[in-house]
Amino acid sequence: MEVLFCISSLVAILSTVMVITRLNPVHALLYLVVSFMSVAMIFLSLGAPFMAVLEVIVYAGAIIVLFIFVTMMLNLGKETAEQERNWLKPRVWVGPSLLAAVLLAEMIILLTKGQPGSMQVTVVDPKKVALSLYGEYIIALELVGFLMIAGIVGAAHIGKHRKKTFHRFLEDEAETEQQLKADYHDVHTG
Amino acid sequence: MLSNLRTMWLVFVHLFKKKATVQYPEEKNTLRPRWRGRIVLTKDPDGGERCVGCYLCAAACPVDCIALQATEDKDGRRYPEFFRINFSRCIFCGYCEEACPTYAIQLIPDFEMAEYNRQNLVFEKEDLLIDSQGKYPGYNFYKVAGMDAGVKKKGEGENEEPPVDIYSLLP
Amino acid sequence: MTVMQHIWIVLGVLFVLLNIAAGLIWVERRLLALWQDRLGPNRAGPLGIFIVLADTLKLFFKEDWIPPFADKWVFITAPAIVAGSVLLSFVIIPFAPGIVVADLNVGLLFFLAMSSLGVYSIVLGGWASNNKYALLGAMRGASQMIAYEVFMGLSLMGVVMITGSFNMGDIVDAQKNVWFCFTQPLGFIIFFIAGVAETHRLPFDIPEAESELIAGFHAEYSGMKFGMFFIGEYLGITLISAMTVTLFFGGWHGPAFLPPLAWFALKTILFLGLFILLRASLPRPRYDQLIEYGWKVLLPVVLANLMITGAIALWLKST
Repeated sequence: MEVLFCISSLVAILSTVMVITRLNPVHALLYLVVSFMSVAMIFLSLGAPFMAVLEVIVYAGAIIVLFIFVTMMLNLGKETAEQERNWLKPRVWVGPSLLAAVLLAEMIILLTKGQPGSMQVTVVDPKKVALSLYGEYIIALELVGFLMIAGIVGAAHIGKHRKKTFHRFLEDEAETEQQLKADYHDVHTG
Repeated sequence: MLSNLRTMWLVFVHLFKKKATVQYPEEKNTLRPRWRGRIVLTKDPDGGERCVGCYLCAAACPVDCIALQATEDKDGRRYPEFFRINFSRCIFCGYCEEACPTYAIQLIPDFEMAEYNRQNLVFEKEDLLIDSQGKYPGYNFYKVAGMDAGVKKKGEGENEEPPVDIYSLLP
Repeated sequence: MTVMQHIWIVLGVLFVLLNIAAGLIWVERRLLALWQDRLGPNRAGPLGIFIVLADTLKLFFKEDWIPPFADKWVFITAPAIVAGSVLLSFVIIPFAPGIVVADLNVGLLFFLAMSSLGVYSIVLGGWASNNKYALLGAMRGASQMIAYEVFMGLSLMGVVMITGSFNMGDIVDAQKNVWFCFTQPLGFIIFFIAGVAETHRLPFDIPEAESELIAGFHAEYSGMKFGMFFIGEYLGITLISAMTVTLFFGGWHGPAFLPPLAWFALKTILFLGLFILLRASLPRPRYDQLIEYGWKVLLPVVLANLMITGAIALWLKST
C-alpha cells in the first residue's frame, strides 16, 4: 500500500505541475483529471474507497467535464496560448515556488523526524461516512444544503425565459392577424 | 409512453411476417415480357436481318449510345454494315424500340450483363443479332414494303396493287 | 482463489466481451433487418456470421487518418477512453458465483465512476476533431450524459437501500427470492432509460444524430479509431444489459435446470435484443425534449421513488 501511495502521490504532483504549465486550457484540464484520479488513488490507498470513488464520480466525472464544456465553447486559439506564454515568465513563478520549496523542505524534515513506522490504514466504509455526516457534522451538512439550494434557485432564475405560446416563425403572422382584427373592428364601428 | 410500447410490440411482431427480400442469384424475380432490358436485333421469318439501317434509333437515342453504318447488298436490300451499342451508356429507355420502323431493335427482359472490363460492354452486331423474331413473329418488312429487295417482286406483297405502268395513258 | 484462476477469469471475460462486441454487429444487423421485413446479411458463412470478420478486417485496413487541423494527442486518446472505461466497468459484474474479476466493496459506485469517465471520450473526441459538427455533437453528448448520469445513480440507490450494500455480489444475493424489478419497478425503468441515454444508443443517439450532425462527435474518425468508438458502443450496451440483469433481474439466479452462467447470459441477451428493438422502433426525440424529459420528468420521479423506498425500508425495519 505504501508503494502505491507514493506512486500516486508522485503522479498527483507531476500532473498538477503540468496543469499549471500547459498553454492550452483543454490540455491543462486533462492533466487536472489525471490529478483528481491520482488523488482518488491516494484515498483508496489510505483506506477510504467510498471517498475515492466519489472523487472520481463528482470531480473527474462531472465538474471537469463542465469545465471542458465551457472552455470548448470559448474557442480559445493561438492568442490565448501566446498570452499564457507571456504570463508564465520566471519572474512570476520563481518567488512563490521558492517559498513553497522552503515549506516542502520543512515538511520533509518533520516527516523524517517522526517514527518511520508503516502507515496506519483503517478502512472507512460508506456506513461510517454516512454516520459521521448525519451525526457529528449534521450542522455543516445542513449549511451546505442551504448554500446549494441558493445556487440552484439562482441558476433557475437566470436560466428562466418567458415561454411563448406560438412558434417564432408565426410571431409576425400573429401580429398581423391582430392588426387585421383591430382594423376590421375600426371599420365596422367607426 | 404507452404508444411507444405499442410501437415496439408492433415492430417486434414483424419478426414473424413474410420477408420482402428476394434472394437474388438463387431466387429470381419474374420479369414481365415488356421489361426493358438488354437490346437485341431480331431477324425476320426468313432469317434475314430486319434492320434496314435507317438511323432512326441512333437519332432517337437520348444518350447517343447507338452507332451504325448502313449499306446495301447486291439486291438493293439495306442492312447495317456495323451496328454498335455501348451498354455502359445505355439507359434502357426504349426509345430506339419505339423509333424502329421495322421492329428490328427490341428490348428484352434480361438485365444480367455485368462485366469486369468496361470495354466488354460495347456490343457489336454479332453480339446483338439473335436468331429470333422477338415480339413480332411472322413480320417481314420486305414482304410489306413497296420495293424489290430480293424477297418479293414489286407489287406482289399483301394488300399491294401491281405497280402503275407510267408509260400508259390509261388510268 | 489462486492467482492463476484469477488470470484465467480476467482473460476469459475479456475474450468473451470482445467477441460479443464484434458479434453484436451481426446480431444487430440481422435483427434490424428481420424487424424491417428484410433478411439482412446472410451470405458470408453460416447465417452470415462471417460478416463480423469482414467488418473487422475492413476497419483494420482502412486508412487511419488524423486530420491536420485536429489536436493530435487528444484525438488519439479519445477513442481509447471509451473502450477502456467500459471494459473497466465489467470488472465488478458477477457473472456467476465465483466468476467476478474484482469483488469491490463499492462496486456499484465504481460502475458509476467509470461510466462518468466515459463522457470524456465524446467531449474530447468532438473537441479535438476541430470540426463544427463534431463540437456540436460533443456538447450535446456532454450535457446529455451528465444529466442522465444523475438519474442513473439515483435510480440505483433504491436497490442499494434495500440491500444495504454497494457490493454487487450482495445485491445479487438479496434477489434470491424476489427480483428487484418487482420491488423497484420505477428504478428499473429509469435505470434502463438512463442506460440507453448513457450509451447514446438510438433513440437517444443525439450526439451522433446522423440526419442532423452527420456523425456527431466521431465525424472525423476513421479506421480503427472509429472502430474503438464502435466497440465502445457495443460494449456499452452489453454493460447496461448486464447491469440491468444483475441489479434488477436476479443476476445468475434462476431455476436450477440451467447453470447460473447460462441464466446470466440468457437474460443479458434478452436485454441486448431489447436495445436493438428500441433502435428499430422508436424515433429520435429532439435535443431539448430529451434534456427537459430528464430534468422535469425523470428527476422528480426518481426522487419520489427514492423517498418511498426509504420510507418503506424504515417502516419494515421498525415493525
